[in-house]
Amino acid sequence: MSKVENLEKIIERFGPHLHDAPDGGWSAERNIEKVVPTHCPYCAVQCGMNLLVEKNKVVGFEPRYDFPVNEGRLCPKGVTAYLQTHHPDRLLRPLVKRQGEFVETGWDEALDLVAARFREIQEKYGKDAIGLYSGSSLTTEKTYLMGKFARAGLGTRYIDYNGRLCMVSAAAGNNKAFGIDRAANPWADIPLAEVLVIAGANCAETFPVLNKFLWQQRDNGGVWIVVDPRETPTARQGDLHLQLKPGTDVAVANAMLHVIVKENLIDAEFIANSTNDWEAARAAVEKYPPAVAAEISGVPAEKIVKAALLYGRAKTGMVMHARGIEHHSNGVNNVLSYINLVLATGKIGAPGRGYGTITGQGNGQGGREHGQKADQLPGQRSMLNPEHRRHVCEVWGLPEEELPAAGVSVVEMFEKMRAGEIRGFLSLCNNGMVSLPDTNRIRESLEGLEFNVNIDFFMSEAARYADVVLPGTTWAEDEGVTANSEARVVKINKAVDPPGEAKPDWWIVQEIAKRMGRGKYFQFNNPREIFDELRVASRGGNADYYGISYEKIERQHGVMWPCPTEEHTGTPRLFEDGKFYHPDKKARFHAIEYNPPAEVPDDEFPLALTTGRVVYQYLSGNQTRRIGFLVQQCPEPYVEIHPETARRLKINDGERVKVVSRRGEGIFPALVVRTIRPDTIFIPYHWGETLAANQLTNPVLDPTSKIPEYKACAARIEKIHDRRLPILGEQKKGLSQSEVQRGK
Amino acid sequence: MQETMFIDPQRCIGCRSCVAACRECSTHKGYSMIYVDYLDRSETTATMPTVCMHCTEPTCALVCPADAIKMNEDGVVMSALKPRCLDCRNCVNACPFGVPKYNSEMHLQMKCDMCYDRTSEGLKPMCASVCPTGAISFGTYEQIVPLRRTKPVNAHIFGNQKVETKVYLMLPTDEREIRVDGCGVFEGRVAVDGEPTESWIDTQVEETDKSNEF
Repeated sequence: MSKVENLEKIIERFGPHLHDAPDGGWSAERNIEKVVPTHCPYCAVQCGMNLLVEKNKVVGFEPRYDFPVNEGRLCPKGVTAYLQTHHPDRLLRPLVKRQGEFVETGWDEALDLVAARFREIQEKYGKDAIGLYSGSSLTTEKTYLMGKFARAGLGTRYIDYNGRLCMVSAAAGNNKAFGIDRAANPWADIPLAEVLVIAGANCAETFPVLNKFLWQQRDNGGVWIVVDPRETPTARQGDLHLQLKPGTDVAVANAMLHVIVKENLIDAEFIANSTNDWEAARAAVEKYPPAVAAEISGVPAEKIVKAALLYGRAKTGMVMHARGIEHHSNGVNNVLSYINLVLATGKIGAPGRGYGTITGQGNGQGGREHGQKADQLPGQRSMLNPEHRRHVCEVWGLPEEELPAAGVSVVEMFEKMRAGEIRGFLSLCNNGMVSLPDTNRIRESLEGLEFNVNIDFFMSEAARYADVVLPGTTWAEDEGVTANSEARVVKINKAVDPPGEAKPDWWIVQEIAKRMGRGKYFQFNNPREIFDELRVASRGGNADYYGISYEKIERQHGVMWPCPTEEHTGTPRLFEDGKFYHPDKKARFHAIEYNPPAEVPDDEFPLALTTGRVVYQYLSGNQTRRIGFLVQQCPEPYVEIHPETARRLKINDGERVKVVSRRGEGIFPALVVRTIRPDTIFIPYHWGETLAANQLTNPVLDPTSKIPEYKACAARIEKIHDRRLPILGEQKKGLSQSEVQRGK
Repeated sequence: MQETMFIDPQRCIGCRSCVAACRECSTHKGYSMIYVDYLDRSETTATMPTVCMHCTEPTCALVCPADAIKMNEDGVVMSALKPRCLDCRNCVNACPFGVPKYNSEMHLQMKCDMCYDRTSEGLKPMCASVCPTGAISFGTYEQIVPLRRTKPVNAHIFGNQKVETKVYLMLPTDEREIRVDGCGVFEGRVAVDGEPTESWIDTQVEETDKSNEF
């Protein structure tokens, strides 16, 4: 029996429905009682915004001009973010599934049930039979609490978080090269760089407000080199576009370093004094002259040479990358090959000379610092380090022998569900039915669980498969901190009380712990108390928050960690003294060889499929696919096809086609555009069920970071003989893009 | 010098943040007065915002039989005065930039008044406040122009009509005026079966943003 008996009925009841006006409608006659300064709930720019409150409802926003990162700017998701707080789809009471239908219950009944079932499963199969899956759109306090809840509350080793699907290859690469996982420079350095290398980052659509800094750099006479298989708006606006085949970054970056070595544009003094393993890296790139890289990547050799000379000859420059190079089975190697460029030219640790990953989720940085990651403890400490374990157990007052071993990554956790090792599951702040690779297998995992709990404020595609859904809060209904992509810790402020009986996530998790007899570790009355323990737990670690306070954050417009003491004002730029975070204080080169993606096009599946985002949707779309304005701009996913390929397959623009991979298939309207490579197709991934791009993607993982290969798999396109246009034909504007929405 | 808008199309990333934020303006709450178009999505990701250019001799006002469209002392062309607006839509049809909208529920023309509610309190208009890239900026000529590599243009030639505007386009040109005649207009792509088409995504935008009628 399926856990989702009647999909149409669930959608009818819980949405996504479209909602597009403030509470009480659009009205110029507002009596604003409160203006609450806070930040956007979406991406890792964490733009400042003011929420306008009337009668305990968020009814609008006002630009927050005084916050230095965005100075009032917002993307369309940020502008419309407030519309989710009073959305009619909000979950207002706990839901328990009975005979396949969700029934509203009281909190005590739901929480007692969760505790009883978890206890039963653990008694029968052992502590590790419960898996926890958390997220990085939570405040750092909540992410800290989730790590503690797994280890000290449930005593399970299996916890991981959705940053695993985000920038974890960058984190692993940063740790290998620098001994610390953080962007090295503040964004204020970007305008000071002569040359920017932007690899696999569609900044225009995924970090729109970051473009403020990019264009300031341009106004100063700067140059952008953009590495991307598609001509994204960022690639179009750039000076040099290296339009490579998906997954061939190592070849391009190695060839750039090859040219830099041949032209003697390296910084020999920096290499000698501040790094290790240069010879191995130099020898490795010897094998990648531009002609070889051109053969592998499809980027003309002269463009690679031009890029290398531009970056190599510039006095200042920054390398930035995002999911495009990280979402690969070679994700960590891709990252390391670009870091080699930074180290070889010594462009690090000074104004306008730097490096950074552009973290995706709002709290992608903070969410990977304090222990909700499978192998991690607070302060970027390691589950594998006995000293680190001792420190954290002391802070928690937990006997050391009770601290479980390190867990596994989320995709591996879903494998363990299918293998029957994980029987009970709790997820918070994620939506695996949209965002995990190979959706059909993910569904199997969820269907096989004995007991599945989901905490969310909307019924996500994954929550539909839960036995209990507990209503949590949006960002406007609780307080706490997040760290943006620069590691700037900012403060989210509470604007209104949660609607109905919805409760803050930290309260829910603590109530479960209390009912399982672990209440003594969970005595927090508010986020500030959690933050105070987090500060102590992180003390002395790489991500040292000890000197950060809510007050200091407000006073300074954010504090960039490490901030070890109360007098310390934070650390905007790392490595200024030429010292890195490895024991010998040196950075490390890595000799990287090119390996193709795990699946490359062949006769049966002749096209490379890559996936990504659109500016109107955020991650799995659970929040943004309910906002009318955003859905109107992009109602459903499509497949980008080059006109040459379309002509060969006799496909017209707008025609629905079937896209097939070894894992599954889906039907998408064709968007025939010259902005993609002829050998590559692209589908945005924000939708679920039959519209999920992840029905097709390859769940193969990077061996180090365990990130799935979302950005490259093999696929084919089949013509279906139906010429209906997608948007103007069947689907009228203003209707939900959801799987079924009949009779409207 | 007076503050005005500067439209710098090469910076536009097509995010339509301006379109969303325009709805928050108190004088036309819930309705957006801005258009963002793909130039030709089949060929490029380039996009372009269109806002009211606030002409020094506004065509919309010239063709209004009821004299309902007024300019304020700062040269900002206001929405039609409700008691006067005749419902005739002359302004909607006559504007060379295609800007004014017609609200069929309220029987009223509506257009950008440069966020009069905000600028009168010293705040920037919504679109220029939120625009991530500076494709839409608000400030004085002296504040904005020296920072840019593009050049300000505010004279537009439409056939026999020359229109000067309070709002500047920032363009990579040394010309003082730009000619917007019929030449170079997009004529459509040829599909597999020989019928010319416009990319459906362009058409979709027209259906949503670009509609001049609510």
